[in-house]
Amino acid sequence: MYELIDVRKTFKRGPTEVHALDGVDLMVGEGEFLAVQGPTGQGKSTLLLLLGGLDRPTSGRVLFEGRDLAKLQEAELAPLRASAFGFVFQTFNLIPTLTAQENVETALVAARIPVSERRAFALEVLDDLGMADRATHLPSELSGGQQQRVAIARALVKQPRVLLADEPTGNLDEQTRDEIVGLLEQLWRDRGITLVVVTHDSAVARRAQQRAVIENGRVKLPEVTTPAPRGRVVHPSGVSRP
Amino acid sequence: MYFTYIRRELRRRLKQSLVIALGLALGIALVITVSSASAGVKNAQRQVLHSLYGVGTDMTVTRTATRSQVGPQRLRGFGGAPPAGGARHIARSVLHPEPGSATLPASDVAKVSSLSGVAAASGGLVLTDTSFSGVIPSAGGGFGGSGSSTTKPSFSLNSFTVDGVEIGAGAVGPLTRTQVTRGSYFSAADASASVAIVSATYAHQHGLQVGSTIHVAGKKLKVIGIANVSSGAADVYLPLATAQKLADLKGKITTVFVSVSSASHVSTVAAEVKAALPSATVSTSADLANEVSGALSSASTLTSSLGRWLSVAALAVAFLVAGLLMMATVSRRVREFGTLKAIGWRTRRIVAQVVGEGLALGLLGGLVGIAVGIAAAVAISAVAPSLGATVGSSFATGGGFGPLVGGRVAGSGPFGGARTVLVHLTAPLQAHTIAIALGLAVAGGLVAGAFGAWRAARLRPADALRSVG
Repeated sequence: MYELIDVRKTFKRGPTEVHALDGVDLMVGEGEFLAVQGPTGQGKSTLLLLLGGLDRPTSGRVLFEGRDLAKLQEAELAPLRASAFGFVFQTFNLIPTLTAQENVETALVAARIPVSERRAFALEVLDDLGMADRATHLPSELSGGQQQRVAIARALVKQPRVLLADEPTGNLDEQTRDEIVGLLEQLWRDRGITLVVVTHDSAVARRAQQRAVIENGRVKLPEVTTPAPRGRVVHPSGVSRP
Repeated sequence: MYFTYIRRELRRRLKQSLVIALGLALGIALVITVSSASAGVKNAQRQVLHSLYGVGTDMTVTRTATRSQVGPQRLRGFGGAPPAGGARHIARSVLHPEPGSATLPASDVAKVSSLSGVAAASGGLVLTDTSFSGVIPSAGGGFGGSGSSTTKPSFSLNSFTVDGVEIGAGAVGPLTRTQVTRGSYFSAADASASVAIVSATYAHQHGLQVGSTIHVAGKKLKVIGIANVSSGAADVYLPLATAQKLADLKGKITTVFVSVSSASHVSTVAAEVKAALPSATVSTSADLANEVSGALSSASTLTSSLGRWLSVAALAVAFLVAGLLMMATVSRRVREFGTLKAIGWRTRRIVAQVVGEGLALGLLGGLVGIAVGIAAAVAISAVAPSLGATVGSSFATGGGFGPLVGGRVAGSGPFGGARTVLVHLTAPLQAHTIAIALGLAVAGGLVAGAFGAWRAARLRPADALRSVG
């Protein structure tokens, strides 16, 4: 699904030039669960942004299903982000003024799905994630774990082919962390989506099928830990795809 | 989703939203107040010009008296020596052109009428009736002696203004048919009759009604109508022939009132009249407006310059502050917009969201501003401050002969001086002012939104989301 070839990313942070990625080569197969580990500031999040088409490499190629994301125009990337990629962030990044249901709907606004269907889809996904009774709550009225569930629902509602999670358990306590990691793993197994999780938490990374460690902008020690899942993906709305 | 998002975002940043909306409201309110006050000042000016100039008149033709023509007015019958013994009662009145004005032959009206570009012309006599009454003691030897009479001298001098009106002149002249509110206007049969129309103010002051009798130049005249004329207009109106007879000015007029076919022809026609009547003075309404001074002139200057610039400055500041605040708001929402871009929102959708928020603030500010502006305009109209308009002050200050104003020389009495008219300032609300204000509010919202949208469009989601490396 993904093939990264000699990807380099350099940017300026104040007067300093940061080499976030320094010649990364990586392959991610369809339906894989990849955990990217590494110390803070070593390029993990930058890698995730490149995989989601939210940033462009300074050099190298980021191939997604054979298309180089670095060469796509913004008008081509936006629909791809609206349909193929789902993002989950460490700080949840929910819109504070919108309810849980409305936050989930924001992902369908970009996909231009009619309002009535948007509401139905959002409620179904929230129900799947055990959040139906919190649909009308604002983020400020939810716990960290509940907010992350809403954020995952927002990522899943559009049936993405790839789920990109940036430190999804970074702001959660240990028990909630286990719940969220369990939920992601279950979604990966049940729906067959490609899951890339950036984390510095080894307990999370151990659950992944494949692990990669980033150090000084380079990927090291890829290793397979779990067999890839096989099965059908069933969307909450009943739409299924192989 | 779109409107819900806008509404909740504005509520979340209530204080900032109120600052932006109230800033715009202040600018809009100022625009409405200044525009309404300006319209009120223009109305007041028009009122003054009408009162001094004549209804429907674009220009007047008069002749300024030379110094040799301006002599002391002698009251008819006054000046005789008192008889020996006892006191002598004297009561005399005279109808005369205002000081400084000379007469024109009535045939000049026809000359002016024949000029191209002249829609209508009528002749008029602008006069003053001055009456003197008093008791002069006789001391056997005349004034100043130490005679035996104990009678002390006492005098009273009264004057009122009189206009001679050409009957059948249509809508040009010092008085038109439509201004008569009670009784009737002059008919053709009244051409040289002893009839008069009085102004409502004069009628009120002297308890006159239709059918009453007044004295002009010592002659009895019957009041056949009451006219609602502007403050500063004449007190009494007579048929032209009657006025000419009473003032002993047969075949003479003091003023030709001219209506021009098109406002753009005024200067051309003025030049033609000047060529046809070289000794005449041609005054256009613009000339007269330039002669108006006093509080009305100050108010006009205030609204046209200070008020306008104050409105522009307030609006500019409001727009700028609103724009900068919107930009600051967008900067604080970098993560939010970055997230929306990450989930697939196109830049134009985010821009539309920000512009929508700006527009909503603009409309809110506009509605508040319009309400405040209307309240201010209503308050001005309710208070209705008096403004004095003075014309021809140069005459009063001895700076020479003042301009002729509608034939009535600058000066309101037999002794000359500046003529002051009091008008009440109102601030009439006009539909187009409200429409412009609403348009400005929308523009303000769009400007604010555009500032924010410009910032949002330049956002790089990667910068917003790159929190942990």
